[in-house]
Amino acid sequence: MDRKTLDRLTRLSQLQLSAEEERLVLDDLGHIVALIDEMRAVDTEGVEPLAHPLDMDQPLRDDAVTEAVDRARFLAVAPLTRDGLYLVPRVVE
Amino acid sequence: MPARDWESVIGLEIHVQLATRSKIFSGADAAFGAAPNTRACAVDLGMPGVLPVLNREAVRMALTFGLAIDAEIARTCRFDRKNYFYPDLPKGYQISQFDQPIVGAGVMEMEVDGATRRIGIRRAHLEEDAGKSLHEEYADMTGIDLNRAGTPLLEVVSEPDLRTPAEAAAFFREMHALVRYLGICDGNLNEGSMRCDANVSVRRRDQEGLGERTEIKNLNSFRFVRQAIAHEIDRQIAVLESGGSVVRETRLYDPRGDETRPMRGKELSEDYRYFPDPDLLPVRVTPDLLAEARARVPELPRDKRRRYREELGLSDADTRFLTADPDVAGYFEATLATGCGAKPAANWIMERVTGSLNRTGLDIARCPVTSGQLGRLIARIEEGVISGKIAGTVFDVLWEEGGDVDAIIDARGLRQVSDADEIGRVVREVVNDHPEQVEQFRAGREKVLGFFVGRVMRATGGKADPGQVNVLLRDALRGP
Repeated sequence: MDRKTLDRLTRLSQLQLSAEEERLVLDDLGHIVALIDEMRAVDTEGVEPLAHPLDMDQPLRDDAVTEAVDRARFLAVAPLTRDGLYLVPRVVE
Repeated sequence: MPARDWESVIGLEIHVQLATRSKIFSGADAAFGAAPNTRACAVDLGMPGVLPVLNREAVRMALTFGLAIDAEIARTCRFDRKNYFYPDLPKGYQISQFDQPIVGAGVMEMEVDGATRRIGIRRAHLEEDAGKSLHEEYADMTGIDLNRAGTPLLEVVSEPDLRTPAEAAAFFREMHALVRYLGICDGNLNEGSMRCDANVSVRRRDQEGLGERTEIKNLNSFRFVRQAIAHEIDRQIAVLESGGSVVRETRLYDPRGDETRPMRGKELSEDYRYFPDPDLLPVRVTPDLLAEARARVPELPRDKRRRYREELGLSDADTRFLTADPDVAGYFEATLATGCGAKPAANWIMERVTGSLNRTGLDIARCPVTSGQLGRLIARIEEGVISGKIAGTVFDVLWEEGGDVDAIIDARGLRQVSDADEIGRVVREVVNDHPEQVEQFRAGREKVLGFFVGRVMRATGGKADPGQVNVLLRDALRGP
């Protein structure tokens, strides 16, 4: 786990870390990567990849409208709203 | 190097909004057009602690589509998280399908310039739509409406089998017809029910392998698909001919300037870090679900076209017109079910019905003249009860006032006069009244016959059988 990889990860995750946090995270991730390497060393020849630890199928829901939306309640927790819209800093395409 | 030395290679990714009542992972209303954020529930907003539950109907619709394009259907499939940040994606990831899509390789058949083309479909997968960003209204701010967030999408990815902008537009059109036939999408392009991204590259005719491609995003009309791709092909050829190279990038089409330009804010190389969504279990496509999906595959456009031509004897043009829209095809077939002939039914629908619909801005689904009324009207022409011209009058009455075809004919005295005595009497009168024209006819001026037919028809209020009038007139004019 090196600095360059960490930079890339923080940029993709849109996180800003202090120098102290960077040191801690770098150390943490280093351990996690080592653990993954250890797991990778296990011989999985002929073993089907597992999509989910639960041995179950996805239950399906009937196509019915069951949720009434209380917009005011959701808007109330947002930092900035207007005309029923959530407002965010301008996004330029 | 002239343009004819270049070949373009085009593949489309088409996002089809599935016409479910509720969203793909929540029970919120999926209908278009509500006040902002009144249809975005806690699940759609990505509130902490909520869990997605998959909509069975969205799965069924994807399967119906897969069966209609003869695709490989997965026995189990999986949902993955596609991670990126954008304000109209509240969770920070879109639930999509990465390497185990529900629908695998298939094929779409379409007709271009009278020839049948088979276009490969690489895959089709289920995913959730994002919300909408409104950039225009607020200074320095962007407004977010999350009503669309969680609307089910089927993303259909074609093979790069398309060669011209016209072919790409025809493919988009064919897809539009297909999903409407299947009843899985309302096909409303103005509301964004179908959006298309185009992958475009060019290569020299003798070149092996493909050239570098660009992706044009968010094309939402048949015309824009054709124009944007045509423009991008010209641009790439110009770049290559001037010694440059095409850069792989995402571009946006601007219909006002008719040009494509690079999308800004995409400097970061795309890295979506897909991984299986732990909130969703693998989806098993059970035999029951598959049977249900199969039962919903109707007669497909390609089969309908074949049947109209081969069994009903309709021309290519008639067939194309009648099958392009499932509602039109449905109206046509319901008209036929009354027992009238296919060709007259086709003509009436293409001319009178469509003309009247266009004039009034109505949809055929809300046509004031029902298929049953039209069928009876055509039957009365075929039986000789009324002439085609009079039928037009009856049609107008049906359109304006409704009612029963026979009742209208009787109440207005429109029944065609085929009584030979009655017509013969009028014919004699007309002939006696115009000795000059009779002389002209006898002198060999055949065209004068038209004059007499006109006079007789006028005298009978258009109700005389034109065929009979012709025969009787010729007899009378030949003279004693």
